[in-house]
Amino acid sequence: MRPLASLLEAALFAGSRPLSLDELSALDPDASPEELRAAIDELKECYDSGSHGIELVEIAGGWQILTRPEYTETIEHAQLAARPHRLSAAALETLAIIAYRQPIGRADIEEIRGVSVGGMLKTLLERGLVDVVGRAEGIGRPLLYGTTPVFLEQFALRHLGELPRADELAVALRAEPRFL
Amino acid sequence: MTAALAPIAFEPTDGGFVVELDQFSGPLDLLLTLIREEQLDIADLPIARVCEQFLARIHSLGLSEAAEYLEMAARLIRIKVQMLLPQRAEDEAWEDPRAELVRRLLEYQQMREVVDLLARRGEERRWRLTRGYLPEPTAAPSAPLALSLPELLAAVDRVLRMVREPDLHDVVPRPLDVDGAMATIRAVLALRAKVRWGDVVAREAAPWEVLSALLALLELARRGELKLRQRRPFSPMEISRETAG
Repeated sequence: MRPLASLLEAALFAGSRPLSLDELSALDPDASPEELRAAIDELKECYDSGSHGIELVEIAGGWQILTRPEYTETIEHAQLAARPHRLSAAALETLAIIAYRQPIGRADIEEIRGVSVGGMLKTLLERGLVDVVGRAEGIGRPLLYGTTPVFLEQFALRHLGELPRADELAVALRAEPRFL
Repeated sequence: MTAALAPIAFEPTDGGFVVELDQFSGPLDLLLTLIREEQLDIADLPIARVCEQFLARIHSLGLSEAAEYLEMAARLIRIKVQMLLPQRAEDEAWEDPRAELVRRLLEYQQMREVVDLLARRGEERRWRLTRGYLPEPTAAPSAPLALSLPELLAAVDRVLRMVREPDLHDVVPRPLDVDGAMATIRAVLALRAKVRWGDVVAREAAPWEVLSALLALLELARRGELKLRQRRPFSPMEISRETAG
């Protein structure tokens, strides 16, 4: 590997969170974005071609070194590391609504879900998946929520645009209701 | 669809008691399931049937006391009633009472599709580990001491020599002499119209003398024999003869 690729490898190993091209460019001010990209590709290729237990994954607007899924069960069985807890269906519903409608207030989320979401929001806030991004105008100036980079990371999304657009969703119940 | 998400994790939260149902995440979910099971036409929902099915289901699931399900039941009954009311053909403002419910169902259904997607992606991602999370050390561990025994003993010796013999003395009760201090202050003020704290208290005054002088000053000021003035905080106090009195 060229020195720049090795440097990126070291930084991505030390950083442990997804690092963006912008952040990585601080490592070598002389390297052009093209050279950085080439170094990233080289590192990725290196992991993919050899028999490596890790790989370089583009995620949450950056790159991150992750283990290959086939080893996780064994690692977990040996109690060396644990997978994060799975989110409940209700939490996922709340998260999906926030992802699509952000910035969105609690009342609007509840309107769509048909249930109260106070406890759920708290869970999502604690897990760093959503954050308060502002306040709405109007009575009480309710808090508005949006998703965080952690959300992208935990759902292996490069960016929010990777979610299907609302009009791309195949609504299973689609039937042109005559009064709509 | 719900089956794809099972088993559903229980999320404990600090605030309030959260009951997570394995089967349905809310009344809209239950309603959608009913519609799918009964293969009902969402474009022309047989509201009476839906309403009865919904009520029967929440009763059998023991959900009839859950506010959100009750609210939906009430909503369904209301729509059913509205459907029963005769409508005049010329009334253009009439909107199908089911429209709002169907809109919400479709919106909810869309969201459920996204949930399926997120559940899939999240599950895939869960099988990839990042570098282990290590909590920040609370304080940087200090470097181990490189110290020989003679050095340690020498240090102990230095510390021991620094400790002086404690001064033992008897506490003698000494009453304050406010009257004496007042006499002194009156005498000083008789000579000069304006004096300072330093003029009424000796430089090496004992605590009881300082206290006596302070009380004497306050007492004289109260009696109107002198005026105490401080131009700024912490500036020297001016003691002047009260000429007006």
